[in-house]
Amino acid sequence: MARIGVFICHCGENISATVDVDKVARLAGKLSGVAYSVDYKYMCSDPGQTLIVDAIKEHKLTGIVVGACSPRMHEGTFRKAAEKAGINPYFCEMANIREHCSWVHPKSDETTRKALDIVRTMVEKVKNDTALYPIKVPITKTALVIGGGIAGIQAALDIANAGHQVIMVEKSPSIGGHMSQLSETFPTLDCSQCILTPRMVEVAQHPNITLHTFATVEDVSGFIGNFDVNIRLKAKSVDFEKCTGCGSCWQKCPSKKIPDEFNAGMSFRTAIYTPFPQAVPNKPVIDRANCTWFTKDGKCGVCAKICPTGAIDYTKEDEILNIKVGAIVTATGFDIKHSDFFPEYGYGKHPDIIDGLQFERLASASGPTGGEIRRPSDGKIPETVVFLACAGSRDKAKGIEYCSKICCMYTAKHAMLYKHKNHHGKAHVFYMDIRSAGKSYDEFVRRAIEEDDVNYIRGRVSKIYEKNGKLMVVGVDTLLGAKPVTIEADLVVLATAVVANEDAESVAQKLHISYDKHKFFAEAHPKLKPVETNTAGITLAGACQSAKDIPETVAQASAAAAKTIILFSGNELTREPVVAIVNRSAAPVFTTCTGCFLCQEVCPYQAIEREEIRDRAGNLLMNAAKVNAGLCQGCGTCVAMCRNKSIDLQGFSNQQMLSEVMGLLNVPFE
Amino acid sequence: MAETFEPKIVAFVCNWCTYAGADLAGTSRTKYETNVRIIRFPCTGRIDFMLLIKAFQNGADGIIVSGCHPNDCHYTSGNFHARRRWMVFKSMLEFMGFPTERITFSWVSAAEGKKWADLVNETTDSVRALGSFTDYKNLDFSQFNQMDHEAIAR
Repeated sequence: MARIGVFICHCGENISATVDVDKVARLAGKLSGVAYSVDYKYMCSDPGQTLIVDAIKEHKLTGIVVGACSPRMHEGTFRKAAEKAGINPYFCEMANIREHCSWVHPKSDETTRKALDIVRTMVEKVKNDTALYPIKVPITKTALVIGGGIAGIQAALDIANAGHQVIMVEKSPSIGGHMSQLSETFPTLDCSQCILTPRMVEVAQHPNITLHTFATVEDVSGFIGNFDVNIRLKAKSVDFEKCTGCGSCWQKCPSKKIPDEFNAGMSFRTAIYTPFPQAVPNKPVIDRANCTWFTKDGKCGVCAKICPTGAIDYTKEDEILNIKVGAIVTATGFDIKHSDFFPEYGYGKHPDIIDGLQFERLASASGPTGGEIRRPSDGKIPETVVFLACAGSRDKAKGIEYCSKICCMYTAKHAMLYKHKNHHGKAHVFYMDIRSAGKSYDEFVRRAIEEDDVNYIRGRVSKIYEKNGKLMVVGVDTLLGAKPVTIEADLVVLATAVVANEDAESVAQKLHISYDKHKFFAEAHPKLKPVETNTAGITLAGACQSAKDIPETVAQASAAAAKTIILFSGNELTREPVVAIVNRSAAPVFTTCTGCFLCQEVCPYQAIEREEIRDRAGNLLMNAAKVNAGLCQGCGTCVAMCRNKSIDLQGFSNQQMLSEVMGLLNVPFE
Repeated sequence: MAETFEPKIVAFVCNWCTYAGADLAGTSRTKYETNVRIIRFPCTGRIDFMLLIKAFQNGADGIIVSGCHPNDCHYTSGNFHARRRWMVFKSMLEFMGFPTERITFSWVSAAEGKKWADLVNETTDSVRALGSFTDYKNLDFSQFNQMDHEAIAR
């Protein structure tokens, strides 16, 4: 006979404000099988847990139901308490009366009734709980880092320095990411490349890091500790073993009019190219979409003729590389909205309305103008520059409600860089609010305003149009009685919104991780698990999760590395025993499984194996399904598929689910 | 004075998307109707549709089945299996004259707390309009109940 304990938490007032917790505890105490029921202010606190442990011992409870928050929050906490009291932790169930009840309904009898209903379903479930034991699986101590920007670089170096193998995959021909495009960084104005390139080289030379550039993740299967990943190595058309990186090929390449991604489209590159002089690896690849050899059927071949080492190979095909890794750090970065996103600013048709990344390239010593800020249309040095913060960000009408976080700071930096290079020029900034929280950040903005005489105007810009060779920026100054202002500018810089990469959704789907409506990857918990995803073994680093500046990105990358290193610190991994199991019984029945193997067909993890049951003489008696518990992830699709219920899911068994449904309805409430 | 009819709605949801979406509705304090009771499954692919019938038999007036959006399944393909099985199951129910409008199949992701609240409200409204599922409740299951229990439990 079950002796179940029910523990109703007030969660301070989070539950007790709308649910009559006393009544729930009292009525739950009357349910069949419930031997003890109590409510308490903070069940998860130390005294709360002690109360549970003591009650289990004192009342000889066989199972407990904690009516509190979501199991996603504290199931682990209370299972540990149950274990401490000497019962199997899987005899503990959470009744979610906070997220699913007290927080979403007003104070009423109905809300209390619902809370009781939820508690009762879990009481019914607990009655059918069975003792389960964690499963141990081996760990492959190699990490995959997806993305070679500063986030990926930091994570890879940290993991590699801890002595583990790292495989880094970067889709473009060089690592470095957006940080390599930046001119100088706030709030110190140190040169971005100067601090980044040594780390890029470190990645390339690290004995524990294998670098695959010009490569993408094709698909991911498996699970924490044992992921199976296929990497697509895009055909570089250049044999890196032979190539010395001399550069003769791209100097002679006749296709010279391809917009240069590294310079944000403000200069041109050739079809065979290295993205930038400090690229790692510093060897070229052929952009086949723009190469005459590939677009015009073999009419060219200049690079192959000029190459002194014979490294050019037009026949190379994409290759698929299969790797086994134990953990994955996702550091795929971000994109920004471009000026063509803004109809009010001319749909990006005016060459002198540029985005922040383009300004970075103009200000960079390695950029198309050698670091002189010249406007793209005629190359003149602009006398008046207008910077627009929040271009697209915090704008519901544009579908981007969030703050892009970095724009306030880089706009101040841009204005400063412009003023440092053109002392007599005039810089104006239109802003909504200045958000400069961060170490030495506000001081930096004040410096732009006070020392560098940047004119900050609080207000938005409604339109920009051209008149007599000038860009007329029409806005409003809300601090001067909402007076309209028009500024004649030579160059306009839009601090456009930070957005997720175009392929973020497909990356998330390959990794089976969640993402939000803006396609930023979702962390497992917004506060307490900001680095992990809901898929165990996969962590997030950098702006693929949300807009971030460099220090935050580096911190998160190190955190992701730490999580990975923690995982790699043991030789075995303990996994939740929520796995499918095929029933077995003594001869001559053996099992009710008839060997139809429908389960095998639907299993996404190839976890169902074929077991031959033989008699002592070795004659085959029957084929039955058998679950490989190391591979099974516990989705239970096989269970719903099984024709005669021979396969069941531990923790969510047929009997448990049925008793939940049956316990749900038609019960008195007095 | 006749009381307004309050339907009983049972929601069969997956752990990773819709359950988390309902959690998000909670953390966001998004208010919605109290009529729904949630049963958590690891995946919509785990849902045995016979349990829906059991819920109706046990007094439910409406049912929600919800999981991850297509392609977003935590287990790669469980939601596709659920969708496929639901299509077959639905056509069978329709063949038998079962009012399938009492069952709502939806996708709610972990980020869609608001969508969850809207789904519950809309389903509650529509089932409230349909009225109590007396057709089913009036059937006499007494002799079958025990048998079914044993069959499902086995």
